[in-house]
Amino acid sequence: MVEVATQQPNTREWLAFVLVWGSAVLVTATFCWLLGDIIWHGLSHLSWIFLTAPPENAGRRGGIGPILVSTFLILGVCLAVSLPIGIGTAVLLVEFTSDHSLFGRLTRRSLDVLAGVPSIVFGLFGNAFFCKTLGLGFSILSGGLTLACMVLPILIRSTEEGFRAVPSNYRLSAAALGLSRTTTLFHLLLPAAVPGLLVGLVLGVGRAIAETAALIFTSGYVDRMPESLLDSGRALSIHIFDLSMNVSGGDANAYASALVLIILLLIINGTVSWLATYGLHRKIVTV
Amino acid sequence: MTSSSSNTLSRWSTDDLLCWLLRGMAMIASTIVMLIVTFLIVEALPVLRHVGVLRFFTDPSWHPAEGFYNLTPMLWGTLFAMAGSVLIATPLGILSAVFCQYYAPTRLARPYRRLIELLAGIPSVVYGFWGLVVLVPLIGEIHPPGPSLLAGILVLTIMILPTIALMADASLANVPQQYVRGAAALGLPRWAMIRGVVFPAAKSGLFTGVILETGRAIGETMAILMVCGNVVQTPSNLFDPIRTLTANIALEMAYALGDHRAALFMSGLVLMALIIALTISAEWISRGRIYG
Amino acid sequence: MTPIAEPRPQHWPEAKPACCKPHPFVDVDRLSLHYGEKSAFQDVTLSISRGCITALVGPSGCGKTSFLTCLNRLTDLIPTCVVAGRITIDKLDVLAPQTDVIQLRRRIGMIFQKPNPFPLSIRRNLEFPLREHGMRDRTQLSSAIETSLREVGLWDEVKDRLDFPALALSGGQQQRLCIARSLALAPEMLLMDEPCSALDPISSGVVEDLIVSLRGRYTILIVTHNLAQARRIADYAALFWVQNGIGRLIETGRAKQLFEEPRNPLTTAYISGIRG
Repeated sequence: MVEVATQQPNTREWLAFVLVWGSAVLVTATFCWLLGDIIWHGLSHLSWIFLTAPPENAGRRGGIGPILVSTFLILGVCLAVSLPIGIGTAVLLVEFTSDHSLFGRLTRRSLDVLAGVPSIVFGLFGNAFFCKTLGLGFSILSGGLTLACMVLPILIRSTEEGFRAVPSNYRLSAAALGLSRTTTLFHLLLPAAVPGLLVGLVLGVGRAIAETAALIFTSGYVDRMPESLLDSGRALSIHIFDLSMNVSGGDANAYASALVLIILLLIINGTVSWLATYGLHRKIVTV
Repeated sequence: MTSSSSNTLSRWSTDDLLCWLLRGMAMIASTIVMLIVTFLIVEALPVLRHVGVLRFFTDPSWHPAEGFYNLTPMLWGTLFAMAGSVLIATPLGILSAVFCQYYAPTRLARPYRRLIELLAGIPSVVYGFWGLVVLVPLIGEIHPPGPSLLAGILVLTIMILPTIALMADASLANVPQQYVRGAAALGLPRWAMIRGVVFPAAKSGLFTGVILETGRAIGETMAILMVCGNVVQTPSNLFDPIRTLTANIALEMAYALGDHRAALFMSGLVLMALIIALTISAEWISRGRIYG
Repeated sequence: MTPIAEPRPQHWPEAKPACCKPHPFVDVDRLSLHYGEKSAFQDVTLSISRGCITALVGPSGCGKTSFLTCLNRLTDLIPTCVVAGRITIDKLDVLAPQTDVIQLRRRIGMIFQKPNPFPLSIRRNLEFPLREHGMRDRTQLSSAIETSLREVGLWDEVKDRLDFPALALSGGQQQRLCIARSLALAPEMLLMDEPCSALDPISSGVVEDLIVSLRGRYTILIVTHNLAQARRIADYAALFWVQNGIGRLIETGRAKQLFEEPRNPLTTAYISGIRG
């Protein structure tokens, strides 16, 4: 009887051990499969010419030069709009509004909802608002603005975290020295909040550069080199989608484009985490 | 050294100026949601006026060109794909987090967490592409045609798994250390401690994670569009091709006009309603249970 | 019974020459402070003499620090905080809405319990507030920096590493840097919130000597838990006490008188409690 009682938990412990390790191995294996597959097939097509040449024959041959340019332009528009608005809103929420005020609560609530809106709905909205109502048409500008709406909640959330992590005695001692809030903000709080800001930037850029659904009906499909922000431009993710779905025989270039997209994301991630550790390192030295 | 009074005056107005500037920015940020809902409603209005809400569920089929607007097969497609992927991803994700926090040796836990973070950042179109060229042919060998509800569920599972895994990891890490130490001091074995002490303490975080992943599963478009076959039908088994609400919008927006276009905005509105309901329940859970 | 607002007694012998002629600099009249529903202290009436060191003593949670923050209106930063009463500093009505708080805070420096230099270099810590208050000239800046660092006795210790991070200094050095940072703005008054309590005994002694050396040139109001320290350095003392959960000022006067011949039985008990 006693033996059974001690036996049972042991079996359960053993089972849990197997399940936990099993799921970890499964997740790792799937990931390696996915990444390995893309690297394996993509690497052979990757070259400098592929990165710079224009696509030929609907993308089956040639490269992704103009597509990379469009992607960066869309990203640039997105960040140029969302960074100031995002940082401004975060500063207002943390430094100038009390947590319980109506305005603060409403803003936070609406940002929570915005964070959950599916990307295809952003696409619908961007198409109706930026392309049709504002008359920007299918353009890099429309796409960038749509993405800006999409990354705002992410940016605001992490920037807020960054500002909250700044010790409150900076604010007190700055005020006690008779510094204005503007000075305190720009000279003390903003530099100290940079780590949070960088995290937000990575997450935002990651989401923007990975986005497809919101761009199909806003920035369009045209794979020529864009001449202005009002031209339509094809983002890298849309290029992958188009090659794999609509172009038979486009798989090879789709693999290479997917690899480029992943490498881009890794570079952005790596740069910023390097920056963050470098900044952190400097801080540790000073303490 | 003493600042003149004019200097002081100008500084005051800088502070005020800044405050108003920030308020303007926050106004923009907080009105976007309302703008989105307004535009969806305005664009969906024609079809609501001509067709009404009921016919979206009672029409014989989805043939917008002939004036039939039945959304139910797509709604079922969305729900099945969501339910399947959430059912698989939740236990896998939570077990992953448990692995990170309690089972993995320290040297393994960090790279594993990095891997999950990396997985979270991979674009959905890449997942879709991989599903299309690897998973779909595999499924096709088992049971043709290949593009199917099953393929959709599998790809979605891989996509939403990082969301729940990272959320669960964070909420497990937040469980107060003294609970764990207390349980260990009672001589509880590892799993008993996790089941009896850690899970109840991390409950609200885990629930929020599930809700977030559900939201992602509902809203996902490209990956599911690429692997599901996109036939408008209510699936009868896992190997039937399906079309989800999101895929429907992406597929037909390019050429939709008039009431058809409005119907697509209408399905966007349905998606939005689902997401708002989820957000509200997430907040309800996190508020009701954390301190409860 | 409770003596409040004791006028400056003339019959007591002078403790220190700097305060031969007590000359009121700050007048606090029936000051009360609430955080939302909770009252921190009520009905404090006190006058603080120019050029003297006044110590605020009393048990924890009796509103001493809150009282300090009223004088430079740091209370403005706490949303739920309501201040009632009247504070006059050198004819300036502190609590009036039209008072320029930035000018006010420049005239009244504040030193916190925990040394809190900004995460900048030593030089920037001093330079940045000066620039902000309108000093642009480089030579003027560096001479102001040197003067204030000499004043706190830090110059010889840091003159070769002005561009090193301020957070690399020891706790006592950091606290003296914070004092220098306030002195650089040429304030008339210094508010000190337990400036020595976060420091080790030796640094604490150095900072204490520094405070004593500032007597006469600045009006100093210091909160301290260390009664021995208050006896050593203060010219005047004020004892706060908690009654029914609300802070009150129960005795004020010359430090010597308050510590040696307290009039309020509570003061006697508090002082002898520490003594015995």
